[in-house]
Amino acid sequence: MTVLAVNRPSDVEFPLFLHVLGAILLIGTLLVAATALLAAWRRKDPREVTSLTRIGLWTILLGVFPSYVLMRVGARWTEAASDYPDDFEPAWLGLGYITANLGALVTLIAIVLAIIGLRRLREPVSRAVLGRVVASLSLLLFAAYAVAVWAMTAKPT
Amino acid sequence: MSTYDWLLFLHVAGAFVFGMATIAYWCAVVAAARPQGGDPQSLADTIARPANYVVGAGAAVALVFGVWLAIYVDGLELWDPWILVSLLLLVLAAGAGAQAGRSYVAAAQREGTEATGLRRRGMSFHTVASVAFLVILALMIFKPGA
Repeated sequence: MTVLAVNRPSDVEFPLFLHVLGAILLIGTLLVAATALLAAWRRKDPREVTSLTRIGLWTILLGVFPSYVLMRVGARWTEAASDYPDDFEPAWLGLGYITANLGALVTLIAIVLAIIGLRRLREPVSRAVLGRVVASLSLLLFAAYAVAVWAMTAKPT
Repeated sequence: MSTYDWLLFLHVAGAFVFGMATIAYWCAVVAAARPQGGDPQSLADTIARPANYVVGAGAAVALVFGVWLAIYVDGLELWDPWILVSLLLLVLAAGAGAQAGRSYVAAAQREGTEATGLRRRGMSFHTVASVAFLVILALMIFKPGA
């Protein structure tokens, strides 16, 4: 982070701050969602299972989704403010877009499943299945964004 | 990848892990405040557990590779004000975070007003750690005076 943008124009700093903050929030909330939902998967006590599933699903809706939006808006704003030439297409930026776009799709699926899962929590029999799917999606997203963090900082050619 | 790329990646990765853990602890606080039928302490412990494993390593990695970068990169010095303040804030954040953890652990072993007081103390320390982290992030990006 010390030299994230040596020689960057000054109007890039605020959008970059939002982008990095959004990325940290995104990774953090994904970890929480995955932790809660995986823990629910392993627990036996129905009350604990319900509580952890609810926490995990609400974290997707109230944590992961807004963090993704902040990260993505910050990314677009940073790119626009950086004033790159038209033929500027480095591998790290491409990788960032691929993970962000695929991540958007997976996040959207997770959000839909979280909404359905939260409704179904009133019916104890069906409580676990959607939570397990969302737990798997959260882990997938977590891994993809970890790769994106590597690409954004190490900037491989 | 060059040495610089690796140093930067490891520094940022450490900072991300520290930030991720900070967020997980806030979620644990919220989960304990709104347990929705479950045991608040058990829920908070469950959510905070992965963060407990990595928070110290994240802070240490960010610190070590941050110092290394400041020495390695021409034009940066450890005594540049924004770097010096960032290092001090990282130590403050790590110390306050550790104090917050001790307060929450102590609160779990007590009851009544004593436990409430310890939880409040833990939240205060955690707030200090979180604000310090946010300021470090801003300093790293805005680099005032650089």
